[in-house]
Amino acid sequence: MCNKVDAVHVPDGFLDPATSLATGALAAGTVALALRKARAELDDRTAPLAGLTAAFVFAGQMLNFPIAAGTSGHLIGAVLTAVLVGPWTAVLCMTAVLLVQAVLFADGGITALGTNVTLMGLVAVVVGYGVFRGLSAVLPRTRTGVLAATGVAAFLSVPASALAFVGLFALGATVDVPMGAVVSAMTGVHLLIGIGEAAITVAVVGAVLAVRPDLVHGARGLRTSALLEDRRPAAAGATR
Amino acid sequence: MGAGHGGALTARYLPGSTVVHRLEPHPKLVAVLAFALVVVSTPVHAPWAPAAYAGYLLAVLGAAALAGVGPGRLVRGLVVEVPFVAFALLLPFVARGPRVEVLGLSLSESGLAAGGGLLAKATLSILAATVLAATTEPRALLRGLQRLRLPQLLVQILMFMIRYADVVGSELHRMRVARESRGFTGGGLRGLRVLAATAGALFVRSYERGERVHLAMLSRGYTGTLPAGPAAAVDARGWAVALALPAAAACVLLTGTLAG
Repeated sequence: MCNKVDAVHVPDGFLDPATSLATGALAAGTVALALRKARAELDDRTAPLAGLTAAFVFAGQMLNFPIAAGTSGHLIGAVLTAVLVGPWTAVLCMTAVLLVQAVLFADGGITALGTNVTLMGLVAVVVGYGVFRGLSAVLPRTRTGVLAATGVAAFLSVPASALAFVGLFALGATVDVPMGAVVSAMTGVHLLIGIGEAAITVAVVGAVLAVRPDLVHGARGLRTSALLEDRRPAAAGATR
Repeated sequence: MGAGHGGALTARYLPGSTVVHRLEPHPKLVAVLAFALVVVSTPVHAPWAPAAYAGYLLAVLGAAALAGVGPGRLVRGLVVEVPFVAFALLLPFVARGPRVEVLGLSLSESGLAAGGGLLAKATLSILAATVLAATTEPRALLRGLQRLRLPQLLVQILMFMIRYADVVGSELHRMRVARESRGFTGGGLRGLRVLAATAGALFVRSYERGERVHLAMLSRGYTGTLPAGPAAAVDARGWAVALALPAAAACVLLTGTLAG
């Protein structure tokens, strides 16, 4: 427990009101768009499926994975969710999880909810899913290709989210700190967390691909390669 | 997870019948948000800022006492703050500006004020949110969010999440029992593979449960919207009681601004 690598939620008062307000507006706009797009993807199945996926992300974040040298991490889950159920639904799931954490667990400030949704919903999902789609286009359409794209996307989503946080901090910090130090400290730590996130995400997507490849939104291109084949058995004794 | 009735999400709720429990959820949400806004907008570098923090602390502790939320519960609520304590403690060392000597250490004056301010503001807001979570059931909170005009679809997603978080969580718990009764101890890459298969199976089960829930809802006449219950109107007195906390905080802020 003591070596737990964790994703930190921004508390109240960390950024100035103008920045919190701006990220709040950005987050509200994104969620409004995601609500429309997810409904187009899932129609009236949106509420139960996104809700159950959010419950899965919430439970999955309680699962501690061993990473290396006695440290354990838990999933943030933005890229995992985006690859499994699609980016728009992923934004909604991450928002639901962050909202519940803020209101029911006081984890992440209520006035900083917009900031947290922007960082862990918007930036992590957009960057992660963008990288995933970009890599999927050039990598071979195989299980290995999908998993490689997932791994790189999950890895990059964590430092991207951290750098977005540093950017917000530079804009709206309530304190004068040398930015170079913040950038290097945040990037270093989050590259490590990114490795853990990538390992966990690849392992989980691999496990789902093994049993229900049809449920992996990001691997829809793979489905055709695994069609049932109609083969005639060789006549008994013909080849021996 | 799996802790008797209620489970993970209701673990923070303390049943009771105090005046704070009896308030409708939406004035409480507004009150906590307004309190956090007042706390956040306190200027950290003002000389009267520490006095203002003390005033806010008195206000929120008063609310906790009214709600019957004990000190143990409040302290446990603060655990989420731990990573930020490290950051706040670092600030006096790395921030720029004039230095002061404290116990032989050269510390930045502005860093000291900012670090203390960050810590105080985060702590005060967490205390207020802890009182909210301890006095309001998750489902009531959801009704409150609905009345505060959160989009209908998002409310439904949250409703399903809250309703099924314990089901999914206890599924995870049963998988852990099954793993450990087969001698699983975790650690290393093998552990990662086993846990990943667990999470993968959990996702498949959750998603399939979502599909079954959807079909069950369709068979009961679901059209994409939920019939909303009657919205209980809150009278002026209810709002006044709920908003007493942010009002007290605002008085402290105003006094500080005028006198400071």
